[in-house]
Amino acid sequence: MTISADHTAPDTTSTTAPDNALTEAVKKFGITVEDYMLPARHQIQMVDPDGRLKPEGEQGTQPGHEYPVPGDKELLEAYERLVVGRRVNDQNSALVRQGRMAVYPSSHGQEACQVAAALCLSDGDWMFPTYRDAVAVMTRDVDPVQVMTIFRGDWHGGYDPLKYKVGIQCTPLTTQLLHAVGVAHAAKLRGEDTVVLAMCGDGATSEGDFHEALNFAAVFHLPVIFFVQNNKYAISVPLAHQSVAPSLAHKAVGYGMAGERVDGNDVVALLAVLDRAVKLAREGSGPLLVEANTYRMQAHTNADDDTRYRESAEVAEWRAKDPVNRMRTYLTGRGLLDGAAEERIAAHAEDVAAQLREGLSEDVPVDPQELFRHVFAQPTPQLKEQSAMLADELARDAASDSKEAGK
Amino acid sequence: MSPTITTSSEANGNVSAATARAAASAAASAEAAGPQPVTMAKALNTALSDAMHADSSVLVFGEDVGMLGGVFRITDGLTATFGEQRCFDTPLAESGIVGMAVGMAINGMRPVIEMQFDAFAYPAFEQIVSHVAKMHNRTKGMVKLPLVIRIPYGGGIGGVEHHCDSSESYYAHTAGLKVYTPATVADGYRMLREAIDSDDPVIFMEPKKMYWTKDSVDLGELRRLHEDTRAEGTTAGRNSEGKAAVARPGTDATLIAYGPSVPTALAAAEAAALEGRSLEVIDVRTIVPFDDETVSASVRKTGRAVVIAEAHGFASVSSEIVARVQERCFHYLAAPIRRVTGFDVPYPAPKLEKYYLPGVDRILDAVDDLQWEN
Repeated sequence: MTISADHTAPDTTSTTAPDNALTEAVKKFGITVEDYMLPARHQIQMVDPDGRLKPEGEQGTQPGHEYPVPGDKELLEAYERLVVGRRVNDQNSALVRQGRMAVYPSSHGQEACQVAAALCLSDGDWMFPTYRDAVAVMTRDVDPVQVMTIFRGDWHGGYDPLKYKVGIQCTPLTTQLLHAVGVAHAAKLRGEDTVVLAMCGDGATSEGDFHEALNFAAVFHLPVIFFVQNNKYAISVPLAHQSVAPSLAHKAVGYGMAGERVDGNDVVALLAVLDRAVKLAREGSGPLLVEANTYRMQAHTNADDDTRYRESAEVAEWRAKDPVNRMRTYLTGRGLLDGAAEERIAAHAEDVAAQLREGLSEDVPVDPQELFRHVFAQPTPQLKEQSAMLADELARDAASDSKEAGK
Repeated sequence: MSPTITTSSEANGNVSAATARAAASAAASAEAAGPQPVTMAKALNTALSDAMHADSSVLVFGEDVGMLGGVFRITDGLTATFGEQRCFDTPLAESGIVGMAVGMAINGMRPVIEMQFDAFAYPAFEQIVSHVAKMHNRTKGMVKLPLVIRIPYGGGIGGVEHHCDSSESYYAHTAGLKVYTPATVADGYRMLREAIDSDDPVIFMEPKKMYWTKDSVDLGELRRLHEDTRAEGTTAGRNSEGKAAVARPGTDATLIAYGPSVPTALAAAEAAALEGRSLEVIDVRTIVPFDDETVSASVRKTGRAVVIAEAHGFASVSSEIVARVQERCFHYLAAPIRRVTGFDVPYPAPKLEKYYLPGVDRILDAVDDLQWEN
């Protein structure tokens, strides 16, 4: 929703996007534009940590902030993806310990956010993930081994962003949010109804590009959903050192867009909030900000020691809010999940883990000449020179190696 | 929603581009035929307009480029001609402008964006270095970024602080960026068209003191030549790139310059001629890729060289040129290569800039030092 009271956001398209949700909510509930844009007073939570569906009045919703529970089919798929995502996280961490991957920033504990971020989108939509969002990328059905190439060490990326409509797993914080804005802007200019979901963490909201991206998206009235996984730590620095805003979702109103906060370990609530956000964005509401309240259960990466900056009691507290167990209890309680389904899902997760073990155990041969091949569309004369120099160096090495061997 | 905006056919696209060469020739008919006095600003403006006519995925945006036409008027009239969808103002945020251009290029557009002044581009440095320069390489060419970042640069206009930097070395040092800088009105047109046609990202450095320089130029002929090259297909955008120009032939020593230093070098060569010395002037044109062949051929012929640039000399494009010439021409050199560059001080206040900028006298002094007596 762009504020149009005092400074009309110029709509660069000839048709004015209808702010239906905003107008309807304001009319129906007698609330103000600010009430609509501000997040609900409490986070949206539908299934509690014990796996019980909360009574409607206690889900944190309020007028203008109401979310229907997603359908059973969507919930079952989400559960399957959660189980696979957890297995992927733990398999990848194991592969790092075995020295088969350089590093893996695990989203263990954040799988509900990962799964919901991908499942809320349609095939024609785009996602812009960070380095910690490998599970979200795989949930978009990108080949798991291609996803992990960035951490395998033979190239900086593996999958084709254009084919999957998934941006590169971005390392420089929030720079990708602007790419999301650009993709949405190009689509809007061509009259396409593409929605773009842009991901970042809590620490990243301190970056300048976070501000620029939200502001550009709001001013140009673009269908971008900014999805912030507040996992409480930026490596070692806690959220309190990043922001003293009432919540990260409150930042939305400052840009003239609606914000919402949601239990990031409750995939039911995440899907409900994100599905609605995607629908609104597609209908022309402009950008939205969703903050997921979650927790990074493991260290930043294997190179980090989290015992230096947080208490194990805090970690234990969050273990009790685990997103996978919660969903299992909920679906089992509702009779949607039985032993046979559990077995099938576990087997699926094992298949993916095996795919990763196999793909990442391969000693992928690297081609030194590839260094020069992709810098530009065509190599410059200087790169051709350097490429010839390296080829010559390698040829001489090979010759002296074979001479040594011949002795 | 404009049905006229389509995806570029040449990069990241799946929809064929709507070329509108007829529209370009319509623009041409409004012009007087034959060579006319034309400013660099007009040549750049015409290049933008022609490129937008030729390819509907070409978009222009930045600060004050819409209604105002840019603080230097390079985008004058584009919003009126092409509408607010294709030439528009953004919020005041350079990283945002470049970052959004990256996303647009990913999604089938060819953005041509303006950084208002050299030093105002620094907030965008992370986007340029970490993404514009690296996207093609990290995705093994799966994602191309056909975007042009126009940057007015250099001094000589009595500008206040942050308005006169020579920032080309930052970009030239960054692998993955092409760096163009025209020094003539005709090149302003040619090189900007070629930059826009290029599938690689181009940092297009415009010597701002030359915006009002007039040359006698036939824009219609330049347009025709460019459109013919485009029509041939794959060779588009490759007539100036990596090709230095001999701006003035000579036999005794070579002055190597680019952008705003080319006219200074030509003036120095003119003055030297009066003293009986024949200086050859090389206009580098594209810093990246660099034309080693033309530059080395000239120095091998003359045996002496002076490199001229406004930027600070330390760790700069001028030091790179000296190193390259020395590596390739050592046995042909009669004297060490000299440089005439800006001093290693922050760009000075207007009343001091004449002491800072390379001028004719300083260049002639350097030429005098090239060990002529033996």
